[in-house]
Amino acid sequence: MSITKVTQHPTQNESLIFERSQTGRVGYRLPKLDVPETLDVIPTEFRRSDDLAGVPEVSEVDVVRHFTRISTWNYSIDLGMYPLGSCTMKYNSRLNEKVARIGGFAGLHPLAPEAESQGALELIYKLQEDLAEITGLPGVSLQPAAGAQGEMTGVMLIRAFLDQRDGEASKDRRVILIPDSAHGTNPASAAMSGFTVKTIHSTAEGLTDMNHLRELCNEGGVAGLMLTNPNTVGIFERNIREICDTIHAAGGLVYMDGANMNALVGIARPGDMGVDVIHLNLHKTFSTPHGGGGPGCGPCLCSAELAPFLPTPRIEKSGETYRLNYDIPTSIGRVKAFFGNFGMMVRALSYIYTHGSDGLKEATEAAVLNARYISHKLADTYDEPYQSDCMHEAIFSHKHQAKKGVVTLDIAKRLIDYGFHPMTVYFPLVVEGAMLIEPTESVGRADLDAFIEAMIDIDREAQDDPELVINAPHSTRIGRLDEATAARKPVLRWREDMESTAKAA
Amino acid sequence: MRYIPNSPEERDEMLAVVGLKNAEELFRSIPKEVQLGRPLNVTDPLAESEVIAAMETMAAKNTATTKPSFLGAGVYSHFSPTVVDHLIQRSEFFTSYTPYQPEIAQGTLQYIFEFQTLVCQLTGMEVANASMYDGSTAMAEAYLMAQRVTRREKIVVAKSVHPEYREVATTYDQHGDSEIVEIGFDEATGRVIGLEALDDKTAALVVQSPNFFGCIEDLKTLADAAHAVGALFVVVVTEAISFGLLKTPGECGADIVVGEGQSWGVPMSFGGPHVGLFATQEKFVRQMPGRLCGVAYDKNGNRGFVLTLSTREQHIRREKATSNICTNQGLIALAATIYMETMGKKGLQEVAMQNAQKAAYAKDQIAAIDGYETAFSSPTFNEFVVRGPRPATEILESVREKGIIGGLALSKYYGGHDNDFLVCVTETNSREQIDKLVAGLT
Repeated sequence: MSITKVTQHPTQNESLIFERSQTGRVGYRLPKLDVPETLDVIPTEFRRSDDLAGVPEVSEVDVVRHFTRISTWNYSIDLGMYPLGSCTMKYNSRLNEKVARIGGFAGLHPLAPEAESQGALELIYKLQEDLAEITGLPGVSLQPAAGAQGEMTGVMLIRAFLDQRDGEASKDRRVILIPDSAHGTNPASAAMSGFTVKTIHSTAEGLTDMNHLRELCNEGGVAGLMLTNPNTVGIFERNIREICDTIHAAGGLVYMDGANMNALVGIARPGDMGVDVIHLNLHKTFSTPHGGGGPGCGPCLCSAELAPFLPTPRIEKSGETYRLNYDIPTSIGRVKAFFGNFGMMVRALSYIYTHGSDGLKEATEAAVLNARYISHKLADTYDEPYQSDCMHEAIFSHKHQAKKGVVTLDIAKRLIDYGFHPMTVYFPLVVEGAMLIEPTESVGRADLDAFIEAMIDIDREAQDDPELVINAPHSTRIGRLDEATAARKPVLRWREDMESTAKAA
Repeated sequence: MRYIPNSPEERDEMLAVVGLKNAEELFRSIPKEVQLGRPLNVTDPLAESEVIAAMETMAAKNTATTKPSFLGAGVYSHFSPTVVDHLIQRSEFFTSYTPYQPEIAQGTLQYIFEFQTLVCQLTGMEVANASMYDGSTAMAEAYLMAQRVTRREKIVVAKSVHPEYREVATTYDQHGDSEIVEIGFDEATGRVIGLEALDDKTAALVVQSPNFFGCIEDLKTLADAAHAVGALFVVVVTEAISFGLLKTPGECGADIVVGEGQSWGVPMSFGGPHVGLFATQEKFVRQMPGRLCGVAYDKNGNRGFVLTLSTREQHIRREKATSNICTNQGLIALAATIYMETMGKKGLQEVAMQNAQKAAYAKDQIAAIDGYETAFSSPTFNEFVVRGPRPATEILESVREKGIIGGLALSKYYGGHDNDFLVCVTETNSREQIDKLVAGLT
């Protein structure tokens, strides 16, 4: 199949809304005030006197055109393949959007009486049960708002458990082991929970170095391990049982980053591998929309041993009634107000209902197959740093193209001209010039073939006309932006003199 | 499975291409002993119509949504213009990723820049980030940032700050050398007292205004007290509609403003997803948590936007990052941005004024009932505490039987206030509803 490269989109330029504002324009109408007016309802000394300087005045039509126009400058899943490794950009169904907006969910106040919010509590409870079954870990809190917060919650559970088990001696156990290939949130979450981080090397095969792991355990003080599995180069850690046993023998616990659960749902469960605690990203594996950077939802799941430390409140079921239990003295405490990103939970349960048991497994198989297909088809063109079978994502490096001066960033930008979103670049850090490609199950064979052809074409361009690739993208309304200058003297908000300030930088 | 484009036959062909006989072989790197080997015990797949029916059945059990309600306490019922939810459902917004590739994410980056600007304008601050998870975690991050900026460990926080926010911040701040001191409120005015807790070890004074009881704090005086000991002054705002009418925290001397933006057009949705606000002064920008979007130019001089100052963040700095936050509340920040722009200068002022007026009317009417009074004397915005003649839980239960959710019993969070309940009145409460509540209490 041949592909026609995209050309410049004809969208009109659209200013910032502040530059569009005209005094006297309105975009709203409120009902007339239906109560008698109270004079000086707020004492003058507490009232603002700046007439909301700078806040725009626009009509409803202005607003609709403004956002519709700027939206066309975005790439999106609905437009095409979004092969960001470790991000799991799968199809976001409209059904899930619809059910999250049912008035009985969207209009519910979190402090409404329990008796009048039984449906929401039931939904949370049911999703908890399903996620516990999928991960093999019985303790669940859906409170964390995103993956990083789920991680932090998980690490705090480990800490609370050790404090209870070891008492005073627990303070000598403050080291978390993290592979060099891990997401940056792992060490950041460990640090926020008061741990120091030691880095484990990877082997040439792309797996955790067992000798180094044992060595670090022998140094003592190990509270736990934070491990992604499949790991961030897309390979299943086949020694997972032994890894968990080693950590447990050293007195620590194992936290698994669930970012890559899309390779495992219905096939294997972290709980059966010896993992003690995990977080999931509902905005990855369970298809709640990424929304240009959130909202997410990062459930934390754990073994029965760790469950007493989960955040409060917990939802309990007695008979057909659901209730909230706030009285859990062992809990690490709350990590978010109310119950978490409930709207995301509705969408995730809708995803599970739609797939069912068979569909969940089928999605996993299709996702892994798509990645394997890319890995197979590009193996002759791009350097594959590891020879192992890839799971849901394939990793390459720019080694072959770099000889011509074309690096990963250039290849990524050139993909834009072919109508694709770039892959994840320069992550994980253990592979120089990494390109991490995760197609997910939501891509058909024709699109995969088009992507593969684009990658092969770009390699050819890199050999024959490297400048073409180095200067990409050529088809977007804006070229590569000067990020270094932007960071030197940052302009982070609109002001009337903004342009001159930014250009002076 | 209708979300999987490739048919089983196509998948078989692809398996053959990669040299495998069947799908099981895809997983041969997973040791057999950790493979599940049985179907998951979850439901069989449901048809679209069945999913909708199952969800509607559950939603219908949330009977609170069918009743007039006077609940606030950090989550507010406001009208959201139709265009807000319509526009955020454009594929280009809701099915896009974090804008790490700016050339094809200018739509997202531009609205983040507008969001940051609007948050600055409404709070009276110099810089704002691209959002936090919610108000509670934004406050927790403010604790940590104040500790970084001042290199001090003690946080002095008012008990009149939202109790769940304080719980979250305590969870976040439990592992360092932090000391968190909670100071009380005046039983007559409802305002913060106990400033003698401030000393030269204090990193921040943290107050909420309007506070949990709805009382407007005297922010200027509090700012002076914090600054006198070299501490930062952190102001928490849970009701973003109040920015349309009240003096800005920035003008009063706040160093960090954190808050909840749910009131800006976002559904209550049982407490989330909402959007955390985080704003500060320019001199502290490199200590901020979260993403920041800034202006940048391409080589032809075209203006665009990029995520910037990312050397603060976890993907670069790892364990030395200012925060672990990665995913934030992008799409909800978009909803808030569209709300603020649609309402505009006049709308934000008018809706704030309607809230204040309706709440004032309700407050007067309730205070005139025999046996009822307002618990605190300070000026309020759209929430106030009512003191009834008997336990608030009983009062609220009896109005609930009359089909009204009358407010929140303070005893949920505060001891010694058994007869007190928090009432919130917004532009969505009609006079008829208010009068019905008053009749229900009488």
